[in-house]
Amino acid sequence: MDMEPIWLSIRLAIITTIFLLIIGIPIAYWLSRKQTIFKIIIEAFITMPLVLPPSVLGFYLLLAFSPNNGLGKWLHQYFDLQLVFSFKGLVFASIIYSLPFMVSPIKAAFSHLPRSLAEASYVMGKSKLKTFFYVLLPNVKPSIFTAAVLTFAHTLGEFGVVLMIGGNIPGETKVASIAIYDAVETMDYHSANSYALVLFAITFIIVITVFLINRNAIKSPFE
Amino acid sequence: MIKIAIGKKIDGRYGNFELKVNTAFNLNAITRIAGPSGIGKTTLLKIIAGLVLPDSGTVSVENVLWFDQISGFSKKVQDRQIGFVFQDYALFPNMTVEKHLKFGTDDESFITHLLELGEMTQLKNRLPKQLSGGQQQRLAILRALSTKPKLLLMDEPFAALDQELKSRLITKLSHFFDEQQTTVILVTHQDDQFIDYNSYSFELKGIGD
Repeated sequence: MDMEPIWLSIRLAIITTIFLLIIGIPIAYWLSRKQTIFKIIIEAFITMPLVLPPSVLGFYLLLAFSPNNGLGKWLHQYFDLQLVFSFKGLVFASIIYSLPFMVSPIKAAFSHLPRSLAEASYVMGKSKLKTFFYVLLPNVKPSIFTAAVLTFAHTLGEFGVVLMIGGNIPGETKVASIAIYDAVETMDYHSANSYALVLFAITFIIVITVFLINRNAIKSPFE
Repeated sequence: MIKIAIGKKIDGRYGNFELKVNTAFNLNAITRIAGPSGIGKTTLLKIIAGLVLPDSGTVSVENVLWFDQISGFSKKVQDRQIGFVFQDYALFPNMTVEKHLKFGTDDESFITHLLELGEMTQLKNRLPKQLSGGQQQRLAILRALSTKPKLLLMDEPFAALDQELKSRLITKLSHFFDEQQTTVILVTHQDDQFIDYNSYSFELKGIGD
């Protein structure tokens, strides 16, 4: 069995998770503060990939990144960046597609922290930034862990978006889920089964790990 | 003097009303704020702290303006040099007893002193969830003292302590306040707290609306 699609999937999931950790935590914190209409609209956009068929998202990303159109053309001209049918494009699409999986649990955790926690830090003279890193962030750690694992697993299982924007280029965009589809198309059920089993095993282990860790060490800090 | 002349609409459990306060508190003294539940005692403390902004009026301390609604000025909470004991303690779940105090001061000997004052030396490596209600409350008080605040605001600070421990703590705290020249304003249902010291009572009353 050609292991390349599996490694590609794992690489995509790791890179996507790291990027989403960096941008997802500040977005989640910002959304958890006082609600405004503007924030509700932004949150709705972030949540859309949860309910939208992946092909819809993939289709619009394909149009947006096409080197013949506005944004894609601009990226190609000034940054020599081609996002259609490339691994970079997959990363970008995965970030958008998995954004709600990272943001929602962390936002919920920030919202559940008592207001007085931050206030107690402010009255001690601590800045908002210091309060965020020393008081708020450490107390949402379990949710950050859960969100990261969910994002990783979700990216691993991505299919529709990847197919639309990445196609099926070996070593570049042919991730495990695509390889299964490709193998079935060519009646190679043996390969399809191998890829499917590996994906099944990896995601099952991930889910079990989350359950175990949530059951034991990491509970809400207020319990 | 701490001069307070404010109005603030309150949307409380006990209905909507306007909190109106026009009074002055003595510096280097202990003031007890009493009054029925839901009348706005906690809100008044938070207004002094800058955690809640009034709808109208001014707050000034030693003739320095801390809040002025007309000019829209409000001194930053961080710059007010206050200590606050929250009714729900607001302890940091991720920090041990000692780390709570280290968050307020780098002075190791002062931390040792505070731990002794609150009778918590043995408990210094425990997390809040490993403490009893009374121990959590003592930690909340010690943490508020750790920054050596000029003004200490306490919201029902002894509610979870037994009588004996409470009177020991009050004696030690009174010496501490004397030494540090701390101005104290506390919300309490019992009007005998700190009665032997330089203390006053202030009854919050008069629901508007």
